[in-house]
Amino acid sequence: MPAASDLYQEQILDHYKHPKNKGPLPGATFSARDTNPLCGDEVAFHLKVDRSQRVSDVRFEGRGCAISQASASMLTTMLKGLPLSEAEALGDDALVKKLGISLSAVRLNCALLPLHVMRLAVREKKAAST
Amino acid sequence: MAKPAKMLLNVPAIKADFPILQRKVRDRRLVYLDSAATSQKPKQVIDATTDFYSRYNANVHRAIYELGEEATREYEGAREKVAAFIGAKSPNEIVFTKSTTESLNLVAYGYGLKGKLQKGDEILGTVMEHHSNHVPWHFVKDHKGAVLKYVDVSDDGTLKMEQYDELLTKRTKIVTVALCSNVLGTINPVKEIAKRAHEVGAVCVVDAAQAAPHMPIDVQDLDADFLAFSGHKMLGPTGIGILHGKPEALEATEPLLGGGEMIREVHLGRASWNDVPYRFEGGTPNIAGAIGLGAAVDYLTNLGMESVRAHEMEITQYALDKIGRINGVTTYGPKDVKKKAGVLAFTIDNAHPHDVASILDVEGICIRSGHHCAQPLMERYDLPATARASFYVYNDLEDVDVLAAGIKKVQEVFA
Ligand SMILES: Cc1ncc(COP(=O)(O)O)c(C=O)c1O
Repeated sequence: MPAASDLYQEQILDHYKHPKNKGPLPGATFSARDTNPLCGDEVAFHLKVDRSQRVSDVRFEGRGCAISQASASMLTTMLKGLPLSEAEALGDDALVKKLGISLSAVRLNCALLPLHVMRLAVREKKAAST
Repeated sequence: MAKPAKMLLNVPAIKADFPILQRKVRDRRLVYLDSAATSQKPKQVIDATTDFYSRYNANVHRAIYELGEEATREYEGAREKVAAFIGAKSPNEIVFTKSTTESLNLVAYGYGLKGKLQKGDEILGTVMEHHSNHVPWHFVKDHKGAVLKYVDVSDDGTLKMEQYDELLTKRTKIVTVALCSNVLGTINPVKEIAKRAHEVGAVCVVDAAQAAPHMPIDVQDLDADFLAFSGHKMLGPTGIGILHGKPEALEATEPLLGGGEMIREVHLGRASWNDVPYRFEGGTPNIAGAIGLGAAVDYLTNLGMESVRAHEMEITQYALDKIGRINGVTTYGPKDVKKKAGVLAFTIDNAHPHDVASILDVEGICIRSGHHCAQPLMERYDLPATARASFYVYNDLEDVDVLAAGIKKVQEVFA
């Protein structure tokens, strides 16, 4: 029988209660904000890229369920120091694997919202500068 | 809390009528507390639809042969049952649609947009409406220049009636209101609202989606001009909805769907329409849905709507006492069960409603989380989302106990 702890594992709850890299990021290279219209979860992502096109700093802001907010927090830890091209190419699977839980279709939307916002940030900026 | 030994309705016998309640979810008894979204169906309803398909499936109103006659008889029989269920004077006041949503759109489009409304005429709604009683009126505003105004809710979840009086003027042509809120459970004083609307010459449109399944409705007493509800929330199938209209209101409404069934004569380039209510039922209707709805009405009538309401008041009172008093839990809407239907929106400190629903799901408990298609209301209370439990005839006090235990689990996880 599954238990609540299968979904709300220690590390998920830890990231939810004590998020990493949360807050505004002055001077960010890329920023975007979006919501999940179904549940109102909200995430903003800010990335700073250095001259060698590496993610030198990353922050998120948001409010919502434990899954979306923990996912955002974990995503920031995955992105720091990554070449921008690799950050952009980061797939859904990588984040889901990092979360380490099996998610229903509805909850998967919560988990992937931060990744979607991060991609949005990079894409919008690129579109604006071309 | 004192827990009465015996409830008004014979819940074990009722539960036995619902095949789905016999199944397990994750090895646990299914505790279904989401009837405000859609109700479960008793075998009487399931059998009635199966019986139609397996014994007398035919199109209605046209076939000369026996099967067609039987189908027509049952389809029209369902209309008669619905009419009697809400105290309509005649079955001709009952239009079958696909849902409350379609019924409200039919009124907005056929009475508002294509009907007599003029630019600058006012439509008065409320902040607590479901999206399906907001958005159709936006169309009337956008396409006809109607002006939309809204009555606010108080912090206790009731409508600000003094504001209603202020906003209601000679310019008001339509007043539209839910008989019962799908979030707060508030039962609005619709009889009074309709009376005052009529005093300024406006019609009153009632969204009864959360009321018709749960309490006696007498359209003569309410005296509203239109009243909409859905079969699937009252033990019936999905895809069948109802619009009740006073004869003169329906006569003043233009059809939404042109096609077969709704016409008297068709020539190239023009047609004359069939009588009310058939005018509004273009195309082959949801015959099985109507027949299933008829069986649902029989089932509820058998229980007695007074008893259904009394049963839900008892559960709601128990839930308010038991869940409302848990430390860290906030409930929304009226606390007086005389003013509240069996809908309990709540939040738990430090736990997002989605996480609440996920953890309760593990316990076999089905509740809803989110904005409940009532974003303007959520904004009014500055809430991103809430959890919501809702009760029906097959629920008992033990279901509330299971919910309360589940809430404790949520609190442990997010402590
Ligand atoms: C108050 C209210 N109005 C309208 C609706 C819409 O009903 P349907 O989806 O059956 O059209 C609902 C359903 O959730 C409701 O609760």
